[in-house]
Amino acid sequence: MRLFNRRYETISRDDIDQIQLERLQSTLNKAYKNIAFYQGEMKHRDISPRDVSSVKDLSKIGFTTRDDLSYNYPYGLFAVPLRDIVRINSTSGITGKPTVIGYTKNDLGVWTELISRLYTGAGVTADDIVQMSFDFGMANWGRSMRTAAEHIEASVIPMSYLNPAKELMIMSDYRTSCLVTTPSHALHLSWLAKEKGIQVENLNISRAILVSEPLTDADRSRVESGLGVHVSTAYGIPEGMGPGIAYECGEGRLHISEDHFIVEAVHPETGNPVAPGDEGELVVTTITTKAFPLIRFRTGDISRIIPDAGCPCGRTFSVMDVPMERSDDMLTFRGVKVYPDQIKSVLADVLGEAPPFVIEMYKVKELDHMDIHVEEGEALFSDTIKRLENIITRIQGDLLELLGIRANIKLVERSTMQELLEGGKQVIYRDTLSKE
Amino acid sequence: MIKVRNLSTYYRKIRALDNISLHVWPGEIVSLIGANGSGKTTLLNNISGVVPFHSGQISINGTDVSRKRPEDIVSIGVSQVPEGRQVFSSLTVLDNLKLGAYLRYRKWQRQAISEDMESVFSVFPILKERLRQRAGTLSGGEQQMLAIARGLMAKPKLLMLDEPSLGLAPKITMEILEVIVSLKEQGLTILLVEQNARAALKISDRGYVIETGSVVIQGEGRELLGDGDIKRAYLGRDYREFWE
Repeated sequence: MRLFNRRYETISRDDIDQIQLERLQSTLNKAYKNIAFYQGEMKHRDISPRDVSSVKDLSKIGFTTRDDLSYNYPYGLFAVPLRDIVRINSTSGITGKPTVIGYTKNDLGVWTELISRLYTGAGVTADDIVQMSFDFGMANWGRSMRTAAEHIEASVIPMSYLNPAKELMIMSDYRTSCLVTTPSHALHLSWLAKEKGIQVENLNISRAILVSEPLTDADRSRVESGLGVHVSTAYGIPEGMGPGIAYECGEGRLHISEDHFIVEAVHPETGNPVAPGDEGELVVTTITTKAFPLIRFRTGDISRIIPDAGCPCGRTFSVMDVPMERSDDMLTFRGVKVYPDQIKSVLADVLGEAPPFVIEMYKVKELDHMDIHVEEGEALFSDTIKRLENIITRIQGDLLELLGIRANIKLVERSTMQELLEGGKQVIYRDTLSKE
Repeated sequence: MIKVRNLSTYYRKIRALDNISLHVWPGEIVSLIGANGSGKTTLLNNISGVVPFHSGQISINGTDVSRKRPEDIVSIGVSQVPEGRQVFSSLTVLDNLKLGAYLRYRKWQRQAISEDMESVFSVFPILKERLRQRAGTLSGGEQQMLAIARGLMAKPKLLMLDEPSLGLAPKITMEILEVIVSLKEQGLTILLVEQNARAALKISDRGYVIETGSVVIQGEGRELLGDGDIKRAYLGRDYREFWE
């Protein structure tokens, strides 16, 4: 079994405990010194970094939420001066302003290392031809996936979203051996391959790495049979290091890079740590990130962490389940994470106030689609169709620009909205069949 | 090799070390970087048992050595080369070296000791030339070499060096650092405290930056050389934001 970083990936429990403690302590010391928010949070609880003398003591420190990240816009949570920052990424925040994430040169190196472990775990080597496909809103993850693929010296075809038929053509003609994309896009491609009568067994492709969406077992096997590939996945958060937190090995186990992250599972309501192996909300602390450290960040993802898994692959890192549920109402649309509240604030910005709306998610040809039904209330009352069309275009433009999603806006009358809202849910999932 | 967890040390009421954790893996060179008074020397003195600490654990190869006496720690395989060399200036070079092997004489290892002395001379040929000279008559660089050689005579697995470049000309400093690298190549593990941060980090596998008794930055040597905070604080780069 190939490893990317033998020293760390096969580290003993005692050594990883030592390293996590050291790195946690220096992260806390630095955050306390340089970031007013974290210092304030710790002072509020009457503690200081000195009170942390084991990884377990982390629970003395309060959580950091997505709200906290948004309120400290733009640079409030940076631990280094801007001149040390070499890349600034944004993800859509929840207050209408984006969350700004900075990386130092060293941070980017760590990021590349983490994704290189993912590729190696998936069996990708310098002999592979890696084809990428990421939508507009996924540019940051796409970039890190590309950099790491180049780092392990694979041949990389770094595409953004092309016409899917063209992607299949490239996959066939360029002899792609590994596809890197989101689960939904891979499903769409395998649907299209079947539709076009492409014999997948004649393709060179043998692997797919699917990131940024919860990958169900059913979808995994559909992609595996549809494209004739072995599927690997990873776990990460948009607030730092792309899909770099955990990566799947050849045994299909999702290993947490514990030399760079401390991941806890807590009860979503009480915030208390759950028993090892029990389900809980994942809470992430970065311990090597220099520019934008996260301390006890509530991810909203529900999963289990299994310590000391004794994986036959040789990696000693703890293992987690692919998170399938959320502790909040976040949606994943073609890999992009979005909250209904974010859509609401886009509507409010354009219309002055947000009218009642319902988000409808469905798949066409295995590809995610989103319709946003907006009630035609007073805010939208208008005499000219042209003006209405204008408003719709603006909303769609803002959704794409601010949140990175392509959605259809449908204006509906009040009575229709009442019907849509009957189930009491703001987000409706429709089966593919009933839509087509 | 060595693991330090949550070490805190006080000099009366003054906190010198504040919850410090660090480790050195076998065969590594690890540097401690920090301003004067940040606690680097205290840390070495805690490990070697010369200065007692208030709380925390130190383990060497899995054995807890937290409250051991200095001579026990030397016999476990830890040698300290103190700041300012501290050679016995009225004794000859030879006697200084013999004193380095003091614990081993008691164990009747005379034959092995004289072999080790030969191998020390292969690292520092100048000492063989000066063997009968009093240590106080040596130059600063030679005294530093003698101090390191004396440390090696105890046949350590971990060598701790405190400011080996102190007061030495740049050329001599380079020579000393080259010796440290060659000792690592022979399998020795090295914990290095050094004012000259750039030179130390260049030869180090990893480093820790200590500020007022706490570790604030750590990482691989070349990573730390590129770290903005270290450049500003220890490598003499300026401090402003770019709009200032």
